[in-house]
Amino acid sequence: MSAATESARAPAPSPHTETLRRFIQGDLASLRVVLGLAVIWIIFQTQNDRFLSAENLTNLMLQITAVGLISIGVVYVLLLGEIDLSVGAVSGLAAAVVAVLNVKHGWNPYLAIVAGVATGMAIGVLQGFLFSRFGVPSFVVTLAGLLAWQGALLQVLGSTGSLNINDPKITGLANTFYSDTVGWIVAALVIALYAGVVLVGHRRRVATGLAGEGLAGQVLRVALVAAVTIVVVAILNSDRGLPLALLILLAFIVGMEYVAKRTRFGRHIYAVGGNIEAARRAGIGIDRVRVAAFGIAGTMAAIGGIFAASRLLAVNQNSGGSELLLLAIAGPVIAGTSLFGGRGAVWTALLGALVIGSISNGMDLLALSSAVKFMVTGGVLLLAVIVDAIARQQRQAAGRI
Amino acid sequence: MTADAPLLEVDGVSKRFGPVQALDRADFEVHSGEVVGLVGDNGAGKSTLVKTIAGIHSPDGGGIRFDGERVSISRPQDATALGIATVYQDLALCDNLDVVANLFLGREEVSPGAGGVSRQLDEARMEHQTEELLSGLAVTIPSLRGEVGTLSGGQRQQVAVARSLLGEPRVVLLDEPTAALGVAQTAQVLDLIRRLRERGLGVVMISHNLVDVFEVADRIVVLRLGRSAGEFDAEATTEEHVVSAITGADSREKTQ
Repeated sequence: MSAATESARAPAPSPHTETLRRFIQGDLASLRVVLGLAVIWIIFQTQNDRFLSAENLTNLMLQITAVGLISIGVVYVLLLGEIDLSVGAVSGLAAAVVAVLNVKHGWNPYLAIVAGVATGMAIGVLQGFLFSRFGVPSFVVTLAGLLAWQGALLQVLGSTGSLNINDPKITGLANTFYSDTVGWIVAALVIALYAGVVLVGHRRRVATGLAGEGLAGQVLRVALVAAVTIVVVAILNSDRGLPLALLILLAFIVGMEYVAKRTRFGRHIYAVGGNIEAARRAGIGIDRVRVAAFGIAGTMAAIGGIFAASRLLAVNQNSGGSELLLLAIAGPVIAGTSLFGGRGAVWTALLGALVIGSISNGMDLLALSSAVKFMVTGGVLLLAVIVDAIARQQRQAAGRI
Repeated sequence: MTADAPLLEVDGVSKRFGPVQALDRADFEVHSGEVVGLVGDNGAGKSTLVKTIAGIHSPDGGGIRFDGERVSISRPQDATALGIATVYQDLALCDNLDVVANLFLGREEVSPGAGGVSRQLDEARMEHQTEELLSGLAVTIPSLRGEVGTLSGGQRQQVAVARSLLGEPRVVLLDEPTAALGVAQTAQVLDLIRRLRERGLGVVMISHNLVDVFEVADRIVVLRLGRSAGEFDAEATTEEHVVSAITGADSREKTQ
């Protein structure tokens, strides 16, 4: 290496300043949100000591399932730098399809659910196609969708306007709790699986001749996951037990995080959201990626809508309406997924739903009115978006556009 | 420089955009193991020429020979398939992705075995290959897992050049590789260009900066108003001669 290159080498920043800088610039936005969540919990616990009780925490988990599932799909669209305003309406329509097929037409519940999910997927793919084929802004395509699918919901429900769901297979989705034993078995499996993934990843790096992560780091990560898992299962077991809904939400979070971070498709999503021109020149099929992302958003919206109906035991004209859409988009944004595309993670769907759900749940416990609830949630969202914008400005100031 | 046949030969290529004659029977060649500086004033046709070779524009007239064979390059993929890589001025990097991800963008490796079924990216293998490629080029990057957006301009340029080498090209076209770089960073990039030459690649470097061109080029080709307006041996000429060819101040400078 020549002297010129040697002297020009950028000095590696010390690990401490590097961590601090990333924290400020928002790369560790999620950690900031975890701290924020802790603050929210402490505040509500001091106001009402039932907030952190096992019963209320179990309720909280059930309350966030539907929004969390919908948010997973929203994250994919946000990562592209786009938005899907139709997810609320799609969730309502999909739930109505399931209810009508099952209740009115006597379909097998599983078939009805498959049909509902397929409806959401088809809608998402259609919207993605319209967006990428005609270059209509996603905001407009999905705004039109919001109206159209709400109309479709009314149409599907027909004159009754409301349908009660009695099928135990469907209502069981949100109302099944497992015994303590099953809870602990699941916990053990989760911990073993995570440790296995960490170990295999390390082995592979070493086998390829790369520097492996230090032993301390690996042990710490596994210990952290184990501790969280054990605490969560212990809390849930001391109330009604591990809810099926939470298990399904977590399975989707992990699965879709895997797709986003570890597969070629996921990599292309981030690339399109980060620099679409670079992605195009790298030979990535932009349209295919976009249609797939919107398809995922529609699919997850349908799944979330079916859970909401299962929990409510009914589908009505308000299903998927009111604030559901806004909360499903606000959640990931609050938890650090950028509205500008290219930055974020699927698990922010869970974290964001926890933040919003905690605020809503806590204020219900304090018997605050909807008026206050909306204003506080709005304030938190605004704060989060401002933080996102500031982080972006600082990146730009540092030459990282 | 080299006595053997040129690797890439542009023969009387013309390109017209509406009323503008961007290229007017331009000639130009590059051999393997040679750095050619392509210079000219704004609007002289440098970028159009490079884009024509890269398959973004198709020429209205004239032809391109690669390895002595007449080839038709109508799409960027054609150029890539021949072994012509292009690094544009805007670099086309994803700032939100790390160095490894950018290098392998669009040609990610998938794990063998069980990982392949789940379509898992082979991060370890890609990182290893990145490490080898960059160290082979003596490029130093603080962290291969750091976002490209955190790198300096010179490092970003080096990453972009390194990426173009993954397809094992034989000719690399660099569009203003030293624009907007500081002195030390420019030195890094020029070093990298020399190493491309050592590897036997034909390098075409477009630049406004004659100092940089003289620093690294073996031969300098001047474009003026879409025509080849002079060709100089970098060792045997002076900046003045090249400048007068660029501005057209002295038309006697035409070739040697």
